[in-house]
This record gives sequence, C-alpha cells and structure tokens, in this order.
Amino acid sequence: MIINGVTIDKTFAEAFPMKATRAIITAQNEKWAMISAQAMTGFATSVIACGCEAGIERVLSPNETPDGRPGVAIMIYAMGGKGLAKQLETRAGQCVLTSPTSALFAGIEGGKPIPLGKNLRYFGDGFQIAKKIGGKRYWRVPVMDGEFLTEATTGMVDAVGGGNFLVLAESQPQALAACEAAIEEMRKIPNVIMPFPGGVVRSGSKVGSKYASLGASTNDAFCPTLKGVTKTDLSPEIESVMEIVIDGLCKEDIDKAMRVGIQAVCDLGAANGIKRISAGNYGGKLGPFHFHLQEIMA
Amino acid sequence: MSALTFTLKQPTDQRIDMSPLVCQKLQGLDVDAIAAIELQNGKSRRRVDELFYITGMNTQEIIIAYSNNKLDFIGKELDGGSISVQGDTGAYLGMQLKSGTINVSGDAGLYAACEMKNGLIQIEGDAGDFLGGALPGNKQGMKGGTVLVKGNVGQRAGDHMRRGQILIEGNAGDYCGSRMLAGTIAVMGNTGRYLGYAMRRGTLLLWNQPQLSATFNDCGSHTLAFLPILFASFKSFNSRFADSGAAFNRVQRYGGDMAETGRGEVLVRI
Repeated sequence: MIINGVTIDKTFAEAFPMKATRAIITAQNEKWAMISAQAMTGFATSVIACGCEAGIERVLSPNETPDGRPGVAIMIYAMGGKGLAKQLETRAGQCVLTSPTSALFAGIEGGKPIPLGKNLRYFGDGFQIAKKIGGKRYWRVPVMDGEFLTEATTGMVDAVGGGNFLVLAESQPQALAACEAAIEEMRKIPNVIMPFPGGVVRSGSKVGSKYASLGASTNDAFCPTLKGVTKTDLSPEIESVMEIVIDGLCKEDIDKAMRVGIQAVCDLGAANGIKRISAGNYGGKLGPFHFHLQEIMA
Repeated sequence: MSALTFTLKQPTDQRIDMSPLVCQKLQGLDVDAIAAIELQNGKSRRRVDELFYITGMNTQEIIIAYSNNKLDFIGKELDGGSISVQGDTGAYLGMQLKSGTINVSGDAGLYAACEMKNGLIQIEGDAGDFLGGALPGNKQGMKGGTVLVKGNVGQRAGDHMRRGQILIEGNAGDYCGSRMLAGTIAVMGNTGRYLGYAMRRGTLLLWNQPQLSATFNDCGSHTLAFLPILFASFKSFNSRFADSGAAFNRVQRYGGDMAETGRGEVLVRI
C-alpha cells in the first residue's frame, strides 16, 4: 500500500492489556491546571521503568468540569490495578494536592473504584471535611491557599497499551516534523494518550537484550547508524526513524488515533522525505492486540 | 395503572399509625387484602377500609388524600416507590426512610425524616421540631438522603444528624443543627438562637447572618470550591434552591462548636 508516495508496510503493531484511569484537574485558570497536569503525568513515558504511562488527554473548558473552572483531563495506564492505584495516589498527592488552586475529580464513571483523594484526606490532620453530593463523596482538605477539593475515588477500567507506528524518513528533521503533525491530529481523538515526550519516542525498543538483566533494548533493526552491521529493516535512503506509541481505553480508540496520525504523516508525503510507515512487530511476543497498518488505512 | 389512593373518610379523634401503608409492604396485595390491613388508631385497631376509601392499584405510587395532622408514621421505612400526601401529616413522616420519595402538600409534624437513611422528602409547608433528628435516646439522626422544606421548620432541625442534607427555604427555629455529627443543613431564611449547639462536624449553610454563640470562632471570608458542586446538585429540585441566582461560593466561615470538637462549620453568604 502506498499513500502519497509513502509505503505502508504489511505489518502490524502489537499491544497488550493494561488498566487505566482518568482524572480531571481544575484550577483557577488553564495555566495552573496545565502545570499541575504536566507534573502529574511527568516521568511516565513507559511502564518499563516508570511504573505507569501517563499523559494529558485534553484541555477542558469550564462548562466541562465539575466545579466550573478550567481543567485538564489526564490518563494513567499501568500493567495492573494495584500498580495503577499506587501511581495515581502518589502522583495526586505530590503533584495536584501541592499545586496552587487545584482541585481533583474522577474522570471515569463506573469501572472499579480506586482511591483518588480518599487517602490524601489524612493530610488534613483531622480538619478534613467529607461531603457526599449527588451520590459522590468529596473531601475538603484545608491547605495554605484555601481548600483542596478532591473526589474520593475514580474508576479503573480495562484498557490497551502499546499501540504504535514508526515513521521512516530521509532525515531527522523530516521525521520529527511528520511526527509533530501526527501528534497534533491524534490529540483530537478522545480516550487516548501518547505518553512519550511530546508524544514521540526516538528510542523504540525490541523485546529482550544480549544482557540478561534487561527485558528490552534498542530496536537495532530500525537504527539507521547500524544499517551495515545488523539485520536491518531500513533501506539505504532512510536516515531517521521515530515512533509514536498510543495507549487507549479500547482497541477502537487506538485504531482511530493511528489512522489520523498515519494520515497526517502521509499528507506530508514523499515530497517531504517520508518514505515508509512501519510498526513495532515482535512476532506475537509482546501482546494479543494486533493493529494491522494496511487494514487501518484501508 | 392509576395510583393507589387512600382518601380519609373523616377526621379521627385519635392518631392513626400509617406505617403499614408503604409501597414495599403493599406490593403484590390485591384491594381486598389491603382493605383488611389493620391500622392502630388510638387504643383500637381498625381496618384500612374503615378509615379510608381505596381506589387505584399501583402500589408503587401511593396517594394519601385529605390527610391531616393525626396521621403518624407516613412512609416509615419506605424502600422504593413514592408517597404523595395531600394535606398535613402527623409526626414521624418518613421515619427511617430507605429509598423513594415522599411529597407533602401541607405541613409535617414532629420528627419528620427522623433517622432517615436515603431518598427524598419534600414538604411544601412547614415542618415541626426535630426535623431529621434522632429518636429520643438514640445517638444518630438522619443518615442520608435529602429533605426539602419550602416553609419554616421548628426547633432542633438536624439534631444528631449524621449525613445527608436538609434544605430549608424558610426560617429555622432554635438549636438548628444541634449535636450534629455531619451532613449539611442549608437555611435561606433566618435561624434562631443556639445555632449549631454542640455540633461536632457538619455544615450549616446560611443566607443570612445568624446570632452565633461565643463558642463559634470566625475563620474569615473564603471562596469554597465545593459550593458550586453542591448548588449544581440542587438543580433537579422544584425549589428556590435550584435557582441559579441562589448559588454562591463566597462565604464567611465560622468554626465550632468549640465547646465540642470544633470541626463543624457555619458558612454565611457574603
């Protein structure tokens, strides 16, 4: 399959089951909601070493938030429920509770309830106040700038992590420009996050390593500087490869995000140095969810 | 299917215990069986059809017509369905209500919503003393749900209240929120003396400055984030509380009762 001069490989991306949750952070203005959201989703690019994958889903207008203030929806993904709950609580405590004017609310109705502010309330040292409003429990924790308002729990649901595609370009700037265009479109899709810095990862990995202690290592088949010394997947004109990883609440969400992302890359086309779209295919070793590129773009 | 309607034949000298006439107890019974239920009327027990005309069949929607202040325990332990009272009620309206709704077009007597657990009680007129309170000797009053009173309420509204919300469009008598454990009482009108007497936790939300005891301390003026959420939850009510003009988030906060644990609060609109 070729779109605008860009070859779409006959391959598939592999993804795996995860647990996910969403939280809504509000603040006096969008600036401070975003600062808090960025802190909460920091150091959360990959479950390999961060314990979770997290990202900003989208900015919310005041009429979309529970307290009528500007807000940001963030999502956190982890391999298991226990790990997710721990990451959520730790990050909420250190990054939202501490952030000026912030409030924190559940972003998923239903699913299994996991603590959001339920245990953060103890920071109130006995001065915290519970309020059950409309069937939901909130905690008002006195803090130095006033009160930190938080919902007690949010919902945890089954999700899919690790959807991806690779952008193969003639130069590094061209690969990055294509990925930036893709991310801009993919951020319009609900229920997905692209957890890597700016949504783009340049150090895609393969499963396993020559070193026994490492579960993952550089994807040498797609490293352009190794073209002559390893079993490469790159043709001579490819000088740079970048990857976009997608976590979503369900397979269909990732399908949609991949479609708009790949389309944005293809819109730049061969004229802008984009040669191929491929995917992280690990021969079925990584996970049960398979995203066939040509089917997605059909 | 039309609502099951009990129309009082004539006012009685003695009080009537209406607690058997709740939706879950009548479910599956035919008219004859319902008519044969005996109600306590003073010292005697009388069949329902001696006291009421019975029409309709929908046991999940009960109407009590020509009700007066001798009819006690209406909706006691109601667990789903609705009861609509045309007229006044006696004492213990909606006592220990579990779920469902009760609407009263007139006034309610003593101990309305006492020890209520969930559901909604709406009173178009006034309510007597101990609204949402605890029965004498008990330590916990209302534990959940919402009570909406469009008129005034008597003394000790929310006495020993544990959770839930009491919304009062009119005035509240003395000792409003006394010995409160938690929950929210909102009063649009005026409040009497000894507001929040011995309250441990909970919120008294007021539209007018109260006369506060010396054991309530001024904590200053604040913008509280939970108030817009609280007011938004009132939107579904047929009440002045649902008016967007009634909402506010800027309050003067008083902490107390400092003679108790001091974890309660009186919030006054500013």
